[in-house]
Amino acid sequence: MGVEGIGARVARKEDKRFLTGKGRYTDDMSVPGMKYAIFVRSPHAHAKIRSIDATAAKEMPGVIDVLDGRQLTADGIGNLICGWMIHSKDGSPMKMGAWRPLADQTVRYVGDAVAVVVADSVDEARDAAEAVAVDYELLPVVTDPVKAMADGQPQLHPEASNNLIFDWQLGDAAATDAAITAAAHVTEVKIFNNRLSPNPMEPRAALGIYDSGDDHYTCYTTSQNPHLARLVMSAFYNVAPENKLRVIAPDVGGGFGSKIYIYPEEIVCLWASKRTGVPVKWTCDRTEAFLTDAHGRDHISTVKMAFDSSNRITALKVDTIANLGAYMSLFSSCVPTYLYATLLSGQYDIPAIHANVRTVYTNTAPVDAYRGAGRPEATYLLERTMETAARELGISPAELRRINFIRTFPHQTPVIMNYDAGDYEASLNAAMAAADWNGFAARKAEAERRGMKRGIGMSCYIEACGLAPSSAVGSLGAGVGLWESAEVRVNAVGTIEVMTGSHSHGQGHETTFAQLVADRFGVPIDSVNIVHGDTDKVQMGMGTYGSRSGAVGMSAVVKALDKVEAKAKKIAAHLMEADESDIVIENGELKVAGTDKSVPWFQMALAAYTAHNLPSGMEPGLKEGAFYDPSNFTFPAGCYICEVEVDPDTGRTEIVQFVAADDFGNIINPMIVEGQVHGGLAQGIGQALLEGVHYDPESGQLLTASYMDYAMPRADDLPSFKVSTSNTPCPNNPLGVKGCGEAGAIGSPPALINAITDAIGNNTLTMPATPEKVWAAAHAAN
Amino acid sequence: MAKITMTVNGRQVSGTCDDRTLLVHFIRENLGLTGTHVGCDTSQCGACVIHMDGLSVKSCSILAVQAAGSSITTIEGLAKDGELHPVQAAFKAHHGLQCGFCTPGMVMTAVDMIARHGSGLDEATVRSELEGNICRCTGYHNIVKAILAAAAEMGGARQAAE
Repeated sequence: MGVEGIGARVARKEDKRFLTGKGRYTDDMSVPGMKYAIFVRSPHAHAKIRSIDATAAKEMPGVIDVLDGRQLTADGIGNLICGWMIHSKDGSPMKMGAWRPLADQTVRYVGDAVAVVVADSVDEARDAAEAVAVDYELLPVVTDPVKAMADGQPQLHPEASNNLIFDWQLGDAAATDAAITAAAHVTEVKIFNNRLSPNPMEPRAALGIYDSGDDHYTCYTTSQNPHLARLVMSAFYNVAPENKLRVIAPDVGGGFGSKIYIYPEEIVCLWASKRTGVPVKWTCDRTEAFLTDAHGRDHISTVKMAFDSSNRITALKVDTIANLGAYMSLFSSCVPTYLYATLLSGQYDIPAIHANVRTVYTNTAPVDAYRGAGRPEATYLLERTMETAARELGISPAELRRINFIRTFPHQTPVIMNYDAGDYEASLNAAMAAADWNGFAARKAEAERRGMKRGIGMSCYIEACGLAPSSAVGSLGAGVGLWESAEVRVNAVGTIEVMTGSHSHGQGHETTFAQLVADRFGVPIDSVNIVHGDTDKVQMGMGTYGSRSGAVGMSAVVKALDKVEAKAKKIAAHLMEADESDIVIENGELKVAGTDKSVPWFQMALAAYTAHNLPSGMEPGLKEGAFYDPSNFTFPAGCYICEVEVDPDTGRTEIVQFVAADDFGNIINPMIVEGQVHGGLAQGIGQALLEGVHYDPESGQLLTASYMDYAMPRADDLPSFKVSTSNTPCPNNPLGVKGCGEAGAIGSPPALINAITDAIGNNTLTMPATPEKVWAAAHAAN
Repeated sequence: MAKITMTVNGRQVSGTCDDRTLLVHFIRENLGLTGTHVGCDTSQCGACVIHMDGLSVKSCSILAVQAAGSSITTIEGLAKDGELHPVQAAFKAHHGLQCGFCTPGMVMTAVDMIARHGSGLDEATVRSELEGNICRCTGYHNIVKAILAAAAEMGGARQAAE
């Protein structure tokens, strides 16, 4: 590797603009004549709209117009949809209820948008929104998914009786039941996975600009996948045909899944811009974000894990109820199914697995992918169950895992996935060494002398990243292909632009993608620009989520670089009258191997564009594109160890050390990878210790709608982390990379809860492990 | 409506705003300095931290009219002559930012923290004083590292100058 090539800790190219206040986020955008939108939202969790009277609001200062769902429906704007078809085990398709961008008849959760006010200023729009009189007929409310499935409960959508969206299964029920019957030991656990609010620090925003001269729309929006936004808004929501709609996702301040989906607001801003004749900008406030950003997790599961007399797992049976909220968000159906049950084998050789998943409507915000998306739910379930089993069997948690690790690859699990490579024991050993696992007993004794309860817990996770082979996800119900595209444009002076369909919202693509080019051609990283986030500049792309930008997005760049390299070598060989197979590219020069002949990179590029002296028949220019469709998922894995001290008097948990040992395959920029792990750990620790979305079960009001009520991890809640990586390269992509964006959030919650339950000697504890809950559990008889 | 004048990043500026306009909105909308961000509506997140008469202030927590006559530094005013401030440089060197949205507030808080504590700053103090700045990307690990490194460097530089 060079100092700027693959594997180097290159400081980020994009940092300067962020550090000097020159980042350009959607809310920073301003265009002539721009007006501001504020949404009128339902204060009720379930109600019929009798009437909407905007007469008074329209008379208020600065108001341009007030628009509601009836006008939106009349203009033919379509329903929001879920893009992944799941069939119930009886063969029936999932029950997708109608989701209007502005509710025209019924509201189904607090925050459901019913009208939009467009005014000269945000404050004037807000004043007028309060003057819009909506007459609601209140309906009964249900927020609990188990209750929602019972007879006699409020029905959210006529399509879904008992609010059941689908009742799906994966695996072999008969083999699993038989193994459980024959088992030497069966561990049974009930698992709650708490509902979370994603909370990227930049709230969502949209700026819709309609140009009547060209009948063309431009949308600036906080999206992780602007091309998908354009496709869906065109094909399903009837906003505008794709060629008449440009979507730009400029700097985006974090996403964590929540900015994958196409929400009502960007659709309404575009539509309102045409209706009012002015550009319309909406910026979410934080309370609106808590109310309307798609939430994550919210599973209730029962688990049976069967063991033989050698402590080998013989079967796993899982029954899960997943709360999907009031409407089916864009990818909500695949999260608790193909991103969840397919990972239930974990790192273990389990001969029989059966999972049953029921998804349910409730009067709460829609639930969709949040950092990890299904895989944290699978990992938490599995690793809490393994810990419980180890305690029941009287065996060390490390030993139980070692006995059951998969050791030969490829490995076909009973739940679809075919693991390509891994060395789980290496991560386990690295983590135990870094945590000084063997010294724990002495540390525990020392803590006891201070009156503190010390505990240690581990978690061995696996995830499936690099989403995903298009034909595979297509066969499982996906409405899109999950390839990626890239274009490499070498300018006449030799500088290089890479257009990628991946989207960076914190991941540092402008640096890591440029490292690929610097590594390949030996050109300075500053001569390479990464272009992303604009449907007019980048041909097509599927965006960034599921830790796919390395394994899929970069692979597309590599494919395009291959083509550029081949043509560059042909040109250089022609210029030097050499054979192209003798050309090597080093340090920004194309050389004839074994001679002192060379052509500088820029001179070759110039020759490509002057076209005065090119090989016969060669087209001028040097620009190549590629689409890359992966042949398999990638399988990052690792071992996390958490050590805590619990104060038995207050129930307060202090994390005294947190160790992460990950196998991400090859690494492009270790500094950025470590940063991804740190951030993931903080979100996982947040889930385990602090965070939880709560609705009042009677009224459906969101009780955690601000940073005063929802406990975001702060700097003093967290320790510094000890992170390390091992490397079994992924055999299925050209870079051997696996993905690192979600691991921290996937692996950390069970490690933390295993540590706390170890400390207090009571295995019954749910997330978030607040001091109140920990105190109660510590003082309860186990 | 009120007409107000203040000094921002060393330059005198004037503008007209509603009495109810918050300082952060005056900075962003009237002055076009969009580096100062709004991440919440309860003065919790700290994305809007600026310096007002030498003190770090959440610019969402005061009215623009209250800032009339004051001297304000925003993130745009920190780098001098194209050179990053040592705190900005440390954030870059130690990867103390990812999406960049909380970064301006983090940096302005850090500059104030280092000014008050000098090179004696320790990790526990940094973590405690970051209570009012929320980051969702970094897990704070590298932010803490960057602030400690900047404190050491700036303290060292100050000692050398003395």
